[in-house]
Amino acid sequence: MSLSGKAAVTGVGDTDYTRDAGGRSVLALQLEASLGAIRDAGLHPREIDGIVMPIASGATVAEDFVTNLGIPDLRFSVATPLGGAGPVAAVQCAAAAVAAGLCTHALIPLGRTGRTGGRIGTRIQQMPQFRTVGEFEAPMGAIAPAQYYAPMARRHMELFGTTSRQLAEIAVTTRRHAILNGNASMTKPLTIEEHHASRMIADPFRLFDCSLESDGACAVVISAADRARDLRQPRVLITGVAEGHPDSPSAITQRPDLTRLGLAKAAPRAFAMAGVTPADIDVAEIYDCFTWVVLCQLEDLGFCGKGEGGAFVEGGALGLDGRLPVNTHGGLLSQAHMAGMNHVVELVRQLRGGAGRAQVKDAELGLVTGYGDLGDGTIAIMARA
Amino acid sequence: MTETPKPLPEISAETRPYWDGLAAGRLLLQRCTGCGAIRHYPRPLCPACHSFEHDWVEAAGTATVHSWTVAHHPFHPAWRGAPPFTLVTADLPEGVRILAPLHGAGPEALRIGAPLRIGIEDNGQGLCLPVLHPA
Repeated sequence: MSLSGKAAVTGVGDTDYTRDAGGRSVLALQLEASLGAIRDAGLHPREIDGIVMPIASGATVAEDFVTNLGIPDLRFSVATPLGGAGPVAAVQCAAAAVAAGLCTHALIPLGRTGRTGGRIGTRIQQMPQFRTVGEFEAPMGAIAPAQYYAPMARRHMELFGTTSRQLAEIAVTTRRHAILNGNASMTKPLTIEEHHASRMIADPFRLFDCSLESDGACAVVISAADRARDLRQPRVLITGVAEGHPDSPSAITQRPDLTRLGLAKAAPRAFAMAGVTPADIDVAEIYDCFTWVVLCQLEDLGFCGKGEGGAFVEGGALGLDGRLPVNTHGGLLSQAHMAGMNHVVELVRQLRGGAGRAQVKDAELGLVTGYGDLGDGTIAIMARA
Repeated sequence: MTETPKPLPEISAETRPYWDGLAAGRLLLQRCTGCGAIRHYPRPLCPACHSFEHDWVEAAGTATVHSWTVAHHPFHPAWRGAPPFTLVTADLPEGVRILAPLHGAGPEALRIGAPLRIGIEDNGQGLCLPVLHPA
């Protein structure tokens, strides 16, 4: 049985994205976003019968949602702790669950106080996915994702001639989209010169190659495709979905090819399931913890060959009227760091035609990716029904 | 002003010999006694033949540059004032890699394949770690 077309995203919701949620808890933020997604679908909270938590190390669990939403009969709950690959992994898991009849309407809530709560350098050292690098690499001063990922980008630059200017193109285009979106932390235009003048964090990553730390939440509802027909919104069907793990997933240092992510294994599976090719994609929401991670995923997705990502992104190619509109909401770089859940929300809005000033004309088929921990990859391909 | 302690490795029974080796001035690599494969970082099971049995061999001490980063932001109070420092991902002739700070040179001369020499130094807080020098 193929999972293609068996599940649909029926509701999306989000809070304001800020750098300070004013002391509100992660749970309160998640509940606000969840109510938004449930209402968007035209459902009542008591109809939610599945919950997928995309980040297990978060402060909240499925039981919190039963308690607060008054869910009378939660039939399915699970967590997908893949860091930034977790939200799309949660979409995959929820799609499989509703397709198998384990539940009918699954809620995926994500929230964080990344700005006012624990910061990234201390946060990841508590995650089991980082246990190996925590023992053998953190004592060297390699504490944060920027430092673990930078050698992948440096090797890509040395092997293929990828430039900081090409990375800047991604940051500049993404900022432009964030400004159009309206619900974004970064509201001032960014130039390539300002990118180059920003301080170095972990060479080759400058400040504007790095994503934000944000407070906020977003959520989606995934429903069985046949039940989605009766709901409020136009159906957005999940037509292809896959997960992939890189070689040496616990330590990038030991990876045979530093320039190939888990997504390189997942993408062909998802395209095959959906029966489409990269050339068919109208809009792509690509996990962007760092600019270079977008560039590498474009290669791993098959939009261009390995080493050709730098040339691919040049000349405004990722803009709304470019050859592949990417991160039309402003991404983690300029909208908010919602671990990529905001990418899922944006793809659904694009495919409904409801993305406001950043709407890609005639967007009917799109994809969203996740990238987590030390290179885990996830992808979902969605289509307007 | 008290110095902020650097993070200490959480050492397990399987990784203890690696850390004891560094303390004795030797970089030890795990070798599967089932199939002879050398693996790094240390772990309980050989992914090639699934044997738990292993011994330890000392690295030859040479390496070449695979990639690198220059840390400019400390991310941790223990490294406040330390940047910029260069962290090199280095290929060992034994077929595994290490990550270690580059001492005795800046990043300017680094190229993929450039030869390096492995040393072991106290991190100033009693923990012995591998370091890399230009060869």
